[in-house]
Amino acid sequence: MSELVRLSAAETAARIAARDVSAVEVAQAHLDRVDAVDGKVHAFLHLDSAGALAQARRVDAGELTGPLAGVPLALKDVIVTKGLPTTAGSRILEGWVPPYDATIVERMRAAGIVVLGKTNMDEFAMGSSTEHSAFGPSHNPWDLSRTPGGSGGGSSAAVASFQAPLGIGTDTGGSIRQPAAVTGTVGAKPTYGGVSRYGLIAFSSSLDQAGPCARTVLDAALLHAVIAGHDPRDSTSIDAPVPDIVSAARSAEITGMRVGVVAQFKGEGYAPGVLARFDEAVATLEKLGAEIVEVSCPHFDYALPAYYLIAPSEASSNLARYDAMRYGLRVGDDGVAGAEEVMALTREAGFGDEVKRRIILGTYALSAGYYDAYYGQAQKVRTLIARDFSAAFEQVDVLVSPTTPTTAFTLGERVDDPMAMYLADLCTIPSNLYGGPALSVPCGLSPDDGLPVGFQVMAPVQADERMYRLAAAVEVALGTDRLLEQAPEL
Amino acid sequence: MSGAEASITREDVAHLARLARIAMTDAELDHLAERLGVILGAVARVQEVAADDIPPTSHAVPLTNIFRADEPQPTLGSAAALAAAPAAEDGRFRVPQILGEPQ
Repeated sequence: MSELVRLSAAETAARIAARDVSAVEVAQAHLDRVDAVDGKVHAFLHLDSAGALAQARRVDAGELTGPLAGVPLALKDVIVTKGLPTTAGSRILEGWVPPYDATIVERMRAAGIVVLGKTNMDEFAMGSSTEHSAFGPSHNPWDLSRTPGGSGGGSSAAVASFQAPLGIGTDTGGSIRQPAAVTGTVGAKPTYGGVSRYGLIAFSSSLDQAGPCARTVLDAALLHAVIAGHDPRDSTSIDAPVPDIVSAARSAEITGMRVGVVAQFKGEGYAPGVLARFDEAVATLEKLGAEIVEVSCPHFDYALPAYYLIAPSEASSNLARYDAMRYGLRVGDDGVAGAEEVMALTREAGFGDEVKRRIILGTYALSAGYYDAYYGQAQKVRTLIARDFSAAFEQVDVLVSPTTPTTAFTLGERVDDPMAMYLADLCTIPSNLYGGPALSVPCGLSPDDGLPVGFQVMAPVQADERMYRLAAAVEVALGTDRLLEQAPEL
Repeated sequence: MSGAEASITREDVAHLARLARIAMTDAELDHLAERLGVILGAVARVQEVAADDIPPTSHAVPLTNIFRADEPQPTLGSAAALAAAPAAEDGRFRVPQILGEPQ
């Protein structure tokens, strides 16, 4: 393996800027790495070698500059890319080539970031393992028989296996943070509205948020800064300055910071090794000068059921656009069948089991007679969860918890048990319902199985810098920016 | 109520599948009726929360009446819009018959 693929994004960009190495050499080293290991990992659905090298040449020509110019990136296949196939992990979009770029893709291209290709994911981002991808699962570089998490398991696996130092994920209920936790990488969900959703294929519009995947906290912050900021093409985009996340990530100073440990996220269902590493990280933060307080957020216990009503309800509406008329798959158009029949046959053939399950669940929750008891009640619980956050942030600056109750589970273990699969997002869902930012940073390996454990930091809306500051302290104190050196050779 | 199975019949699922325009097979309907009962039993836990006087939240960051500047901007041309169409004819999307259907 070339030593170039081991570098952090910040180091890579610095070496390219200093003309120590060319962006083309860096891109080629990563393409070679993909060639060598992705047969085992299956992180990528589509590789764009020609486009990556062309972009790298523009960086080498000095046309594109910036703190991440020339750095390769793995892009989740739920973000649309002009001229590059985009499937969202679904047969219904197989072969579709979007006619436009997402705002975040435009911003990354302008910043000189080199998109290597599109990464695997659970279909329409519905899942926690990539096993609901229509194109087969991705594998965890720590143990190829295990999941790299989901839905953004392709991006997390690519970053963890040194196929790219950076990735983009999207997080509706934990799809950036849970994959980061189980692969020993860093993943951040920005404040809802902090990063444009224009060109992000919608799953649940009030929850979806794109964000960075990386191997270090600083790299995540640098990428977050490139993609963040107001976009007039997204009516939910926040028109306010982006918090100074890069400075926060460079500073590990947390003296006097008030850190709330969520009382609800422990006990039954949590692996002992996960809790042991989490507790050690909290003790370390206390030694560094943070003030540790236990905080109760009673309605977090209802976040999972509320989420599994709100997200499917929004999905059932959003996915109505796959109607076989203007783009995507069309099945059964024999010149006799009517439009509705073609639509129903296409959706039957094009959607996988989990997507159908959620569309039907959402259709039920929104139907007359059930709306108030299910969707309406879930929206009220959402209010109570947001109030729990507000009350907690009167006492503390950030909240912390394990990112996910267990380490990476084995492929096949939960795929036929939806409720077991949904539990992977138990600790990550509250921040999506509330809208605040949250991040997962590695806090070591579980003594149970030697697999990575994620430490979650949750912050108030538009206070993204706080989570980066605390995560940087965890990373420095525990040395987890080098954790992946302990992963087995592929 | 936690973990209890809500009652949802195969006929209920068939009706929902029709509403959602998914032509499910008989085997899928059987399987989903069983699964949905378990999932609905779990998500029905939200009903344990006393929330009669609590306003619903539809969106994390409340924003209303957001418009972009009312200025003409370039849009996709018809060639780009039609490039990904399952079928096109005379610069338009060609679709199966819509009128004259039973429903």
